[in-house]
Amino acid sequence: MPTKKNSIKSTVSFGLDSFGDLPVDENGKLMTHAAAIRQVIDEAVLADKLGIDAIALGEHHRSDFAISSPETVLAGIATRTKNIKLASGVTVLSSDDPVRVFERFATLDALSSGRAQVILGRGSFTESFPLFGYDLKDYDVLFEEKIELFAELLKEKPVTWSGTTRAALDKADVFPKTESGKIETFVGVGGSPQSVVRAARYDFPLMLAIIGGSPDRFVPYVDLYKHAAAEFGTSAATIGMHSPGFIADTDAEAAKIAWPAHKTNFDRIGRTRGWPPMAREHFDAEIANGSLYIGSPETVAQKIAASIKTLGVNRFDLVYGGGPMPASARMHMIELYGKKVIPRVRELLGETKRDKL
Amino acid sequence: MTIGILGAGKLGTVLAQLALRAGYTVYIAGSGDPAKIAMSIKYITPGATAVTAREAIKRADIVILALPLSKYRNIPTDVLSGKLVIDSMNYWWEVDGMDPAIAQPPSSSSEMVQNFLPDSRVVKALSHMGYHHLIDEAKPKNTSGRKAIAITGDNMEDNQKVAKFVDDLGFDPTIVGPLALGKLLEPGYALFGANVDKETLLATIKKDRKS
Repeated sequence: MPTKKNSIKSTVSFGLDSFGDLPVDENGKLMTHAAAIRQVIDEAVLADKLGIDAIALGEHHRSDFAISSPETVLAGIATRTKNIKLASGVTVLSSDDPVRVFERFATLDALSSGRAQVILGRGSFTESFPLFGYDLKDYDVLFEEKIELFAELLKEKPVTWSGTTRAALDKADVFPKTESGKIETFVGVGGSPQSVVRAARYDFPLMLAIIGGSPDRFVPYVDLYKHAAAEFGTSAATIGMHSPGFIADTDAEAAKIAWPAHKTNFDRIGRTRGWPPMAREHFDAEIANGSLYIGSPETVAQKIAASIKTLGVNRFDLVYGGGPMPASARMHMIELYGKKVIPRVRELLGETKRDKL
Repeated sequence: MTIGILGAGKLGTVLAQLALRAGYTVYIAGSGDPAKIAMSIKYITPGATAVTAREAIKRADIVILALPLSKYRNIPTDVLSGKLVIDSMNYWWEVDGMDPAIAQPPSSSSEMVQNFLPDSRVVKALSHMGYHHLIDEAKPKNTSGRKAIAITGDNMEDNQKVAKFVDDLGFDPTIVGPLALGKLLEPGYALFGANVDKETLLATIKKDRKS
């Protein structure tokens, strides 16, 4: 990657993010977990053909999402695609073993000839903690220790490390080694200032998860990241954001398809957390002023371009297919994103021709 | 007027931003050494000062609790004696872990906090609206469509003081009753997450109290 130290890359990369939500088929029937996984692979193949820069798959451990093991799905995608970056979004490092995470992503990197990306996060869903035998009360120390170990592993040299959350390592050499010598690793942040500082300290690119409200409120986080990086002597070269959305031929069509799916998703999660059902007014307000990128290609492109300018980010990932949405509508959305939205955003940003990343 | 905020996470920093914007002096404390949060505070809430929890409390006219509810027993009670305290906390299992003792206390969670702080004056406020709505929806007084913040507390004079603060921050203060009624603002109730105007808020409370 032609990334210069201390300079933001001049062109923006665009990604698609999925958690493997179960889509509905042409008869309105909810697809199986297995079919939903194959659907994501077909979507990634299409995204690759359209020249979309990245696909990021997040891990969940609950019935409404099919993906619990993103790197396995990414491995499937790797063998059928050429250029698209293959990212997790996020890997819940706190409830995983950093050595295993390294091994799996180094393997993915080999399968894809260097296209693996890890996005580490604390995760906003925490089903993985009881599932793998971790206590949520150790949330902070688990993340802090494991990110430290992961940063050591990324150097691809024998690692000596000790902490309180896993067995110590004494000159442990971990394989496979990557061809480039480094797996690209981001830190996903949902609003914890300490996570921003941590990302800067380890020289990890930042991925801001902006899933509600106006993106403006993240401007101070971008400032914090840059200043922290300056203080630590790291690069702050890549700052990304991800937000949910959906694209159809017209604004009305997009809202018509996205509303019931989004509401189903939101209300189901709300039942476990104690928030009331979503009102249509809230949905419309998020589209107008918040963080739902829903509408026609022109509407969505305008909104994405505005956010990229406001925050000064150089990667934008659209979280697509939230809730039980028709599989065909998801495919059409990806086509519109690749063919219309991304070129239009580049035009709005004054990027006439993009450099190869 | 000086505000001391305990908790430098998502809610604590948003409340600090709003209080600074309204002209208050703000001290903010994380869970440990202030040096750990100094850099974040400098850029996320410029103008606020990162200090220890004890220091933030000592300097404050109003103390805001914006830490995970499961940490409430770590609050230094001695320095809080006699202080006006706004409880903005909720049980949130994603942060607090599964803990029936705080998830379903026999009273409202704010009464539980008040019992832990017998010499302080606890008022529940700024607890039901999501932090991104707090920052996006704050509006000057008399703006049409201004959103409401519910307030519960056992002492009317303290409720009025908190109401003035909420008004300054950019919301229509809506005193709905004693601390026990704070239950209706907690997760699982209709007002949790509510980002509505005063009229809708009062109508929802009325409906909730009947059921």
